[in-house]
Amino acid sequence: MTQATDAMNAPPAQGFYLTEEHHPENGTMLGFWIYLMSDCLLFAVLFAMYGVLGGNYAAGPGPKDLFELPTVLLNTSMLLLSSITYGFAMLEMARQRKGATLLWLAITGCFGVAFVTLELTEFAHFIHEGAGPQRSAFLSSFFTLVGTHGLHVTFGIIWLVTLMVQVTQRGLSPENMRRLSCLSLFWHFLDVVWIGVFTFVYLMGVLR
Amino acid sequence: MRDNSELIHFIFGRLTWAAIPFHVPILVYTFIVVAILGIALLATITWMGKWGYLWREWFTSVDHKKIGIMYMVLGIVMMLRGFSDAIMMRLQQAMAFGGSTGYLPPEHYDQIFTAHGVIMIFFVAMPMVVGLMNVVMPLQIGARDVAFPFLNNFSFWMTVAGAILVMLSLFVGEFARTGWLAYPPLSGIAYSPDAGVDYYIWSLQIAGVGTLLSGVNMVVTIIKMRAPGMTLMKMPIFTWTALCTNVLIVAAFPVLTAVLVLLSLDRYVGTDFFTNDFGGNPMMYVNLIWIWGHPEVYILILPLFGVFSEVVSTFCGKKLFGYASMVYATVVITILSYLVWLHHFFTMGSGASVNSFFGITTMIISIPTGAKMFNWLFTMYRGRINFDVPMLWTMGFMFTFVIGGMTGVLLAVPPADFELHNSLFLVAHFHNVIIGGVLFGLFAGINYWFPKSIGFRLDAFWGKVSFWFWLSGFWFAFMPLYILGLMGVTRRLSHFDDPSLQIWFQIAAFGAALIFLGILAFLVQIYVSIRNRDSLRDHTGDIWGGRTLEWSTSSPPPDYNFAFTPLVHELDAWADMKQRGYQRPEQGFLPIHMPKNTGAGVILAFLAMVCGFAMIWHIWWMAAASFIGLIAAAIVHTFNYNRDFHIPAAEVARIEDARSRLLAQQA
Repeated sequence: MTQATDAMNAPPAQGFYLTEEHHPENGTMLGFWIYLMSDCLLFAVLFAMYGVLGGNYAAGPGPKDLFELPTVLLNTSMLLLSSITYGFAMLEMARQRKGATLLWLAITGCFGVAFVTLELTEFAHFIHEGAGPQRSAFLSSFFTLVGTHGLHVTFGIIWLVTLMVQVTQRGLSPENMRRLSCLSLFWHFLDVVWIGVFTFVYLMGVLR
Repeated sequence: MRDNSELIHFIFGRLTWAAIPFHVPILVYTFIVVAILGIALLATITWMGKWGYLWREWFTSVDHKKIGIMYMVLGIVMMLRGFSDAIMMRLQQAMAFGGSTGYLPPEHYDQIFTAHGVIMIFFVAMPMVVGLMNVVMPLQIGARDVAFPFLNNFSFWMTVAGAILVMLSLFVGEFARTGWLAYPPLSGIAYSPDAGVDYYIWSLQIAGVGTLLSGVNMVVTIIKMRAPGMTLMKMPIFTWTALCTNVLIVAAFPVLTAVLVLLSLDRYVGTDFFTNDFGGNPMMYVNLIWIWGHPEVYILILPLFGVFSEVVSTFCGKKLFGYASMVYATVVITILSYLVWLHHFFTMGSGASVNSFFGITTMIISIPTGAKMFNWLFTMYRGRINFDVPMLWTMGFMFTFVIGGMTGVLLAVPPADFELHNSLFLVAHFHNVIIGGVLFGLFAGINYWFPKSIGFRLDAFWGKVSFWFWLSGFWFAFMPLYILGLMGVTRRLSHFDDPSLQIWFQIAAFGAALIFLGILAFLVQIYVSIRNRDSLRDHTGDIWGGRTLEWSTSSPPPDYNFAFTPLVHELDAWADMKQRGYQRPEQGFLPIHMPKNTGAGVILAFLAMVCGFAMIWHIWWMAAASFIGLIAAAIVHTFNYNRDFHIPAAEVARIEDARSRLLAQQA
C-alpha cells in the first residue's frame, strides 16, 4: 500500500492525456440525434409506401371522402402548441426553475394526450364507416403512417411522465437535464414529421 | 368441453402438440443431441459453480472487450448450426437425382435453405463483425469503453434473443420456407399461414433492434471518444471501416425494421401492403428489403477490409500503402452501396434505362474495391512478409475474393443477369464474396486479435490446417456451382432430373466435407490453444509487432484499457510511439471512472424474446404482458442513477505494477 501511495505522489508521466472526463455522458446528445435520424428513415419508408400506394383505393373511399380538415387542423394545432410549451419547459429548465419546468411539461403532456385522443377518434370514425386499414392499400398505408406517428407521441407522453417523476424526485440534475434535452429533440422531431404528414397526407390528399 | 378448448386456445394461442415435430426423425435426433449437449454444458457449469462468475463477470458486463468476446462465441455457435444446414443441403442435392428423392422432403428442405441464409447473415456474420469491432475499435482509438456501455450489453442480448428464437423454430413449429428475404406474396398470410414466417419476422426484428443500437453506439464512440490528437485521418484503418459500417447500419436497419413491420401488419392485421389484391404492391417489399439488403452486404465486408489492411501492414512490417486512398475508397463504397439495390432484381421489369443506371453504379463499385486490392498488393511489395496464420487468411482472401468480385461485375451487366438470375452462378458468386471475404476476414481477425483479447495466441499448426481445408473446401464446393449456374441450373431445388449434372453436385458435396474439416480444425485449434495456453502466452502485449494503439496495452487489457490515455501524433500511433522510444509509465496513476455492470440488458432482452415468442404463437395475453413488462423494466432501469464508479489509483497502480514485474521477468 505504501508503495502504491508513493506511486500516486510521483509526477504524472509525460506524453499522456491526464484530464479524466466523465466520458459516457458527452456523447448522449449526438447519439440520440443519430437515433432520431434512423427513426426519420423509418418514417421515410412509411412516406414512400404512402406515396406509392396512396392512390390505390381498391374501389373504396379516398381521402376526399374521409378527411375532415377542421379536425385535422385542430389536431395539428394541439401538436404545434405542445412543441411551444415544451420549449417553455426547456427555457425554465435552463433557469433551473423546477416548478415552472414541471408545469410546462404537464401542459405539454396534456396537449399530447389531446392530440392522440383526437387521432384515435378519427381512426374510430373511419373504421366505423368501413374504412379500416384492411379496406385498401391506401388505407393500410394511411393508418400505418399516421398510426406510427401517433405511437411515437404516445411513447413520448410515457417518457414525459417518467421524466416528470424523476425531476420531482431528483430535481434538475445534469442527468435529468440531459434526459429532458433528449425528449425535447424527440418531441420537436415528431412535430416536424407531423408537418410532413399534414401536408403530404391530409392537404394533398384532399387536393387530389 | 367446448369452453375448455377455448380456454386452452386462450392460454396457448395456436401452439399445440402438433407444432412439436415428433414425426420428423432428423429433428428428433437433433433435439436429443442438442438436449444432451445442453444439459451437459449446464451441468458442467453448475458442477464447477460458475454461474455466479458468469453472471457477474460476463452476462451483466458492460466491458466492450467481454461483450465482443460473447458476440464471437455466439457467432461461432451459430456457425455450427448454419453449417449443419449447409451440409444437409449439399448432401440432398448430391443424392436427389432421377428416381431418388434424397432424404429431405421439400417442405423441410425449404426451411433449411431459408434458415441457412438467415442464420449465416444475421447470427453468424453480423455478431462476429460486431464482436470484432467491439473488441478492437475502442482499443484502437485509445478509449476506455464505448460511448454507451449499457446499451452495448443490451444490444448483445437482443441479438442473442433473436438467435434463440431461430433455434427454437427447429423444435417448436417450423421456420419460414420462403428464402432468406421472405418475399411476399409467398411470405404473406395466404401462402404461409403457419408460424415459420413469424419466427423469421420476430427473430430479425429483435436482433435488428440490437444491431441498430450498437451501430448508434459505435458511431458516437468513434466520433466522440478518440484519444487526443487522433484526427480522422490518423485513425487506424480498421476504425475507419468500422465507422463506415456503423453509419451504414444506422442508415439501413431502420428500413429493414419498417419493411418487416409492414409485412407483419399484412400477416397479423390484414392490411394490404404486399398483397395482390386491394391495391397492394409486392414489388415495394422487394425494393425496400434490398434498400436495406445491399448496404447490409457492405456492412459485413467493410470491417473485414479493415482487418486485412491491419494484417497486411503488420505482417509485412510496413505501413499500409495508400492509407488515404484506402479511406476514400471505403467512403465511396459506403455511399455507392445505397445506389445499387435494384441489381438484385434486374429481371423484375424495371425497364432498360433503370437497369442500365443500376448496372453502371454496380460496376463502379469495383473501382474503389480494386484500389483496395492494389493497396494491399503494394503493401506486400518489398515487405518482409511473415506467413503467419492471419496473413495466410489474408492471402487466401485476395485470391478468392477477386474471383468473386469479377463474377459480381459479370452479374452487374443486366443482359447477362437475365441469363444468370436466380441460378447457382449467383449462389456461387455471393458465397465467393461472403466466404472468401467476410469469413476469411473473420478468421484472419480472430487469429490476429485473439492474443490481444485473451492473452495467449492461437496454435499456428491447427490454424494452418483449418485455413487449407477451408480454402480448398471453398474452391471444391463453389466452382461446380459456377459451372452449373452457367448451364442454367436454378437455385433452391431439392431434386434434379438430369443425371449428367450429378457429378458436379457430388464435387460440391466433397468441398462441403472439406469445409467441415476446416471448421473442425478451427475448433481443435481453440481447444489445443487453451490446453497449451502457458506456452502460447504473450506477456509483451505486442505479439506481432503491431502498429496501432491496441498493442500498446497489456494482453488481455485491464478493465480500464489504458492507465493513461495516450496522446496521438501520427498515423499508426503505436509504431510512432515505439520509434520515439516509448517508456511505459510506472507511477503517478489516477483514479479511473468506469461504468457499472448491470443485469438490465439480460432482463429486457429476455422480455423481448418472450414477447416475440408470444406473438409468433398468437398468445395474446403473454404478448401484452411481456410488452408491458418490457416498457416497465426499461422505465425502472432509468430510475437507477447509480451507474458508475471509480477504480482507485491504488488499484490501477497494483495492476500496472504486476505488469511491470511480468515485463521485467520477460526481459
